[in-house]
Amino acid sequence: MNVVAPFEGIGASLRRKEDSRFLQGHGNYVDDMDRPGQVCAWILRSPHAHALLRSVDVAVARAMPGVVGVFTGADTQAAGLGGIPCGWQIHNKDGSPMAEPPHPVLAHERVRHVGDPVALVIAETRAQARDAAEAINVDYETLEPSVTMAQALRPGATPIHEGVAGNLCYDWHIGDKAIVDAAFAAAQKVVGLDLTNNRLVPNAMEPRAAVGEFDRYSGDYTLYTTSQNPHVIRLLMSAHVLKLPESKVRVVAPDVGGGFGSKIYHYAEEALVCWGSAQVKRPVKWVADRTEAFMSDAHGRDHVSRAEFAFDAQGKILALRVATQANMGAYLSTFAPCVPTYLYATLLAGCYATPVIYAEVKAVFTNTVPVDAYRGAGRPEATYLLERLMDVSARELGIDRVELRRRNFIAVDAFPYQTPVALQYDSGDYQTTLAAGLETADWDGFETRRAEAARRGKLRGIGISTYVEACGIAPSAVVGSLGARAGLYEVGTIRVHPTGSVTVLTGAHSHGQGHETTFAQLVADKLGVPTAQVDIVHGDTAKVPFGMGTYGSRSMAVGGSAMMKAMDKIIAKGKRIAAHLMEASVEDIEFDRGTFRVAGTDKTKALVDISVAAYVPHNYPIDEIEPGLEETAFYDPKNFTYPGGCHIAEVEIDTDTGHVAMVNFTAVDDVGRVINPMIVEGQVQGGVAQGIGQALMEACLYDDQGQLVSGSMMDYAMPRAEDIAPVSVATHVTLCTHNPLGVKGCGEVGAIGSPPAVINAVVDALRDYGVRHLDMPATAPKIFAIIQGGQKLAAE
Amino acid sequence: MRRGQKNWETLMPQVTLTVNGKSHTAEVEGRTLLVELLRETLRLTGTHVGCDTSQCGACVVHIDGESAKACTVLAVAAEGTSVTTIEGLAAADGTLHPMQEAFREYHALQCGFCTPGMVMSAIDLVQKNPQGLSEHEIREGLEGNLCRCTGYHNIVKAIAAAQDVMHGRVSELARAAE
Repeated sequence: MNVVAPFEGIGASLRRKEDSRFLQGHGNYVDDMDRPGQVCAWILRSPHAHALLRSVDVAVARAMPGVVGVFTGADTQAAGLGGIPCGWQIHNKDGSPMAEPPHPVLAHERVRHVGDPVALVIAETRAQARDAAEAINVDYETLEPSVTMAQALRPGATPIHEGVAGNLCYDWHIGDKAIVDAAFAAAQKVVGLDLTNNRLVPNAMEPRAAVGEFDRYSGDYTLYTTSQNPHVIRLLMSAHVLKLPESKVRVVAPDVGGGFGSKIYHYAEEALVCWGSAQVKRPVKWVADRTEAFMSDAHGRDHVSRAEFAFDAQGKILALRVATQANMGAYLSTFAPCVPTYLYATLLAGCYATPVIYAEVKAVFTNTVPVDAYRGAGRPEATYLLERLMDVSARELGIDRVELRRRNFIAVDAFPYQTPVALQYDSGDYQTTLAAGLETADWDGFETRRAEAARRGKLRGIGISTYVEACGIAPSAVVGSLGARAGLYEVGTIRVHPTGSVTVLTGAHSHGQGHETTFAQLVADKLGVPTAQVDIVHGDTAKVPFGMGTYGSRSMAVGGSAMMKAMDKIIAKGKRIAAHLMEASVEDIEFDRGTFRVAGTDKTKALVDISVAAYVPHNYPIDEIEPGLEETAFYDPKNFTYPGGCHIAEVEIDTDTGHVAMVNFTAVDDVGRVINPMIVEGQVQGGVAQGIGQALMEACLYDDQGQLVSGSMMDYAMPRAEDIAPVSVATHVTLCTHNPLGVKGCGEVGAIGSPPAVINAVVDALRDYGVRHLDMPATAPKIFAIIQGGQKLAAE
Repeated sequence: MRRGQKNWETLMPQVTLTVNGKSHTAEVEGRTLLVELLRETLRLTGTHVGCDTSQCGACVVHIDGESAKACTVLAVAAEGTSVTTIEGLAAADGTLHPMQEAFREYHALQCGFCTPGMVMSAIDLVQKNPQGLSEHEIREGLEGNLCRCTGYHNIVKAIAAAQDVMHGRVSELARAAE
């Protein structure tokens, strides 16, 4: 009987393997686990943005019911705990290194933002720990806070860190200023724009949590944590904070409820539960409530920029000049310094053949929560700047906004294309994704829809964004030369068991991406093993050899490539075993999806025949080949990958309220080869929703004393189902030329391409109101004021 | 009560309720929330806590057949009620509820954290609207639940497909478009 198995390989919209447990409440998130003898931690946090810690009196708290330990910054200093390290060093224009002030795990002598940890309270129950924390008496001497970058940079501002002059972390630049200035001097037309990129709170639905478990007999520590990259956490925490050999520390990141960047970084609480567990000799669990998450998870974006294009008479871009201030918050989070430099300024060519670019970036300390990568990280900021400036330019040059983009695109035959800001794009086809976007969105039919909306009293607008981004991070040598203190390869182990089932060990981590499915599809495609017989293991440093984790849309491009490389080794070894079993020359053995064949014959062996032989080596070339069938590969990418595409947003504004309704959204993205179309579409949908949230709703706001005003989900506007338009997602594939899968990455494109498309649509809708630009988020009060102002203008 | 946890209150209220068809009696503090009773005492950890202001809906369960945010109900207030959590939806033989099946088929979940609350809310929404809901009405009906991963698009599709099965208009769930 010939049963054809359903196709499960590359390109199949396979339903997800992980869904069965998630849908039945059987996920295993950090807060779902209780360790024997576990006690609970509560972190007392600063209510002030900037203050000296005169004293922290814990005597009453220590005597509270259930309390087993109370620790302050003095205790962690006395114990010799190190500070939280920064993983990336940027150099100033003059070549000197950036300012890198200490980041203690518990505040010592001074607090620098609302939410800065002041004391660790451990008690039998979470409620008892929280009660005891309220009994700690802290004597604060408040200092003048610098809440905004402008405040921090003004002369005479109170230094946030000793020895950091002017609260400046670094003053960095890229490009040749003289050449760019000369291009501007010779330009026919210069168009400039001041714009901000609003500060956001990532708000993964699962709040961060950590359980530290010290084994008093072995001296080993186990940390269960909500992390996107457990090996990196182990490295940073053991080497820099706890000062232990890595071999004594195991980090487990089980099911993790979303990350979006915020769970990349090493946080104080991870070290505190481990150290605290060793102090009280019991496992210690800490779970953030949402209010804590708002004031302790790294925030995203927060740029203030001035950007200018120089054009020739035909509307061709001659040069781009950018000056950006980037908010670092009070301390340097793990990857914070690289976001506004090597993930932002190096993207400023976008998909345009801009010949010369100069960008300078000042990174500034403020009395706010640290800022680091959030979905897209630097690339949304670059894309927003370019695509807003493009629309403003089109209007001021009197050239159609689509035509201006077409005129300046990097041509499809120009790849590999070296930009003036370090990156070399390997492939792309921006004209085609643009054309597909225009057609899908019925761009040409828009004026009819605008007129129809006007008859209903609505202002309808359409906006476009064409973009490229750099992900699949990253070549270790390249990032090392740019200041990264880590390599950014990935690790994959393929373990073929005796009976032919497969376990994959990967250093990538899934927190929504569906790796248990897509990685299994790679194995099904390459080795012919049904996905039901492929298990993906990730998120445990005791199981997976090593790994750099998941961020920067790198899991498939780098992690998947490592697996492909490991499977190549499996096949190579399998061929030698097959050659022995079939008494053929190894050169004559072909392999295709699970079957080894002697070329040109009907002699075959299945993968399971080879695995049985490898583990039961009775008839085996034991002198030449080791038993077993398991291979590990490290894959270090040759380049970044460069997804790109076209996003088109259509909005309707209610003139009575100023409310902006998303009515249509089209995304045509080139993410390289698509492994699972269903999952790719889901990633784009989710990213676009976050981009719409940034453009229309979300803003992390502080008052002038540094209090976080938007500090809960009642105050911070998270997009809900009715805020998001139906999103049409399509892909157009150009293959990545330098990884074995041809994949580029799909995790961030949605959040990168969408915000400028939405704001361009809003500005288009308001075209009769004299609006040149408005900053995100385009909230109803902001729009209402514009409409009212416009009406006043008309009346006058 | 967890191991190692001591009873510091002299008077601990008792609560008796039915959860997923099984009767439980537990001692709780007056301030203990229903979600804490479910997660910590009964170890039903499928019900999640995503916020502290009743905004996210990750903790939605059914109390006597109606959806409720278990983070906003005191455990003692659930005395005598019948609670259904995400763990109680699938049939004894493992067959998923049509809403669970629709979420899987339409890729309506990514990280899975909001999913239990989203599924419980969706079931209540569909049950209360036997006339059937448009996609726009489904979006409005989900106002109490946040998802950060999916952008809601596939959640709306899943609920639209599941309602036809739940109301008996079709015998099998419509497959998602490829």
